[in-house]
Amino acid sequence: MKKKFKLADLDCANCAQKMEDAIKKIEGVENASVSFMMQKLTVEAAEDRFDEVMKQVVEVCRKVEPDCRIQM
Amino acid sequence: MNKKQKRTLLRIILSFVILAALMVMEKTGAAGISWDFPVGFLLFLVPYLLIGWDVIWKAARNISHGQIFDENFLMMIATFGAFGVGEYSEGVAVMLFYQVGELFQSYAVNRSRQSISELMDICPEYANIEQDGQVVQVDPDDVSVGDVILVKPGERIPLDGIVTEGSSMVDTSALTGESVPRGVQAGAEVISGCVNGSGLLHVRVTKEFEDSTVSKILELVENASEKKAKTENFITKFARYYTPAVVIGALLLALLPPLITGGNWGEWIERACIFLVISCPCALVISVPLSFFGGIGAASRIGVLVKGSNYLEAMSEMRTIVFDKTGTLTRGDFRVSGLYPAGRTEEELLELAALAESYSDHPISRSIAAAFGKNVDTGRVQNVEEISGHGIKAEVDGKTVLAGNEKLMGKFGISIVRAEQAGTIVYLAENGRFAGTVVISDTVKPEARDAVAQLRDAGVRREVMLTGDKRSVGEAVAAELGLDQVYAELLPEDKVDRVEDLLKMQSGKDKLAFAGDGINDAPVLSRADIGIAMGSMGSDAAIEAADIVLMDDDPRKIAATMRIARKTLRIVKQNIIFALGVKAAFLILGAFGMANMWEAVFADVGVSVIAIINAMRALRTK
Repeated sequence: MKKKFKLADLDCANCAQKMEDAIKKIEGVENASVSFMMQKLTVEAAEDRFDEVMKQVVEVCRKVEPDCRIQM
Repeated sequence: MNKKQKRTLLRIILSFVILAALMVMEKTGAAGISWDFPVGFLLFLVPYLLIGWDVIWKAARNISHGQIFDENFLMMIATFGAFGVGEYSEGVAVMLFYQVGELFQSYAVNRSRQSISELMDICPEYANIEQDGQVVQVDPDDVSVGDVILVKPGERIPLDGIVTEGSSMVDTSALTGESVPRGVQAGAEVISGCVNGSGLLHVRVTKEFEDSTVSKILELVENASEKKAKTENFITKFARYYTPAVVIGALLLALLPPLITGGNWGEWIERACIFLVISCPCALVISVPLSFFGGIGAASRIGVLVKGSNYLEAMSEMRTIVFDKTGTLTRGDFRVSGLYPAGRTEEELLELAALAESYSDHPISRSIAAAFGKNVDTGRVQNVEEISGHGIKAEVDGKTVLAGNEKLMGKFGISIVRAEQAGTIVYLAENGRFAGTVVISDTVKPEARDAVAQLRDAGVRREVMLTGDKRSVGEAVAAELGLDQVYAELLPEDKVDRVEDLLKMQSGKDKLAFAGDGINDAPVLSRADIGIAMGSMGSDAAIEAADIVLMDDDPRKIAATMRIARKTLRIVKQNIIFALGVKAAFLILGAFGMANMWEAVFADVGVSVIAIINAMRALRTK
């Protein structure tokens, strides 16, 4: 399943890249991309595990770029 | 400016005022106090903390998260260093300068992002629907297929559908870049994203919002930045190796010289800090994707969807273009292009043909009817007989009329004047005597010739046409348009082979593009380096298969896109060379102790800001 989220206060392109790399490494994430231009996060993961994976995604984002919030 | 930026601005102003006041007092000795440690230190600490607390906080927090070498950390080290050697005012000033740069940078990036997203602002916010005699606004997502929506004058059409009532002019410029209003009335198809003109329209919805044209386009553009160009990937990779390399370099710079020469530790550590501040790769990391995004934005402004930066990059290296004839260079609809009567006027010949063909629904009959333009009195036509593979035999006003190909004429023993024109030929005979010839052919788009010439000017070396038509037809069109080469009489599967052959002839980085109308040529579209489809406003197959979609089917837009691609790539190269050049120069100066912290901060944020402003030029390509 593929889902898109809006990102608030993502204001550094380098951090967006770091976030993307970190999210891709999470177990259960099939693919992910952070678009700095659109201020959007796209996560692909198995449907039954999605919520669980998203929790980790939020956690990872908080670590890499604490200013940025994922709007769900 | 958003809230965060306003707050930063306020902090910058405040700490600037305090810093200025302190510096004046220090220089004039007005306060009559000692400006050394600890009084001066504590006084300068006030503006320092005011402007820099968040940098220090972020640095500390990121270290606890295992992210050590970021800008915040570097700025913290650098300014701590300045305070450590007693240069209090410089410590504050550098932090202040850094924040000004950061603010400007975030402002510039946000502005650019907004101006690009405004361009994409074709998403309708609501749909009007009639419920119990009342018009209510609902989310376009909640409208289902078959519902009738109302589109008021000036509103954006929210969903694809068919007009059931009313007539108006609609503005398709958001989708095609061309602000030529199109007239619609009951029965006409309308596409979401267009703006309704002056009339009220009732539209029966034919597609869910998710599948409507506007959603498809938005999704495409949003995903475009996921397909990264080689240059972008290079920068990402580069940054990954570059940062640690510079950190190691700075460490060596701080440790080796004083160890070997036994020199001044403080000075070499300061140089290492300057070195680190200069080295931040932000200018590249931001400006390169921003340029590509701007280029994609500029393309969508003229009604061309580019599905990724990589395709924009490829477009700039395009040397060969292969056109599919029908629908790309020609209109793809058949029109009467020549009337050659025998013993009567052109009008009479056309009327005769229209009457004879009046019962047929064949595309040829339809194009004859369209050329005739008037209503046909079918009462004058009797005993219509379709002779398969030959044509039609009918009685018109009691006379036997034949309309068909050469074989039909031969069958009835009628001697004809053979037509030499390219296209489909319909011979007519009345009461056993030859009456004339109607030539029907696919007409060349009026802009096609221009498109071919513009591409040549843009640097395309070989322009090829593929067609399933007869050689004579193909060659005639190719000569008219000024193409280099034509492959005729091809079956759909032959097209892939021809494109494969042409791909083999390419050298080095040269790219080959294939432009087609998306019907039957999906395999070729994906085989070519760049697949360009004529969007025909909503043909899903074409939009899916291609890399670049021309929303209004105008082949001249290919050359325009190429110009945008070239300019974008030029800007990207300028930014890379400029940023790396300035950084390299300052790194060397810094290592030799010839650059101070001010210059270091300029080499970091100043260069970023200039690169961002340069990147925005990509959006403004005509």
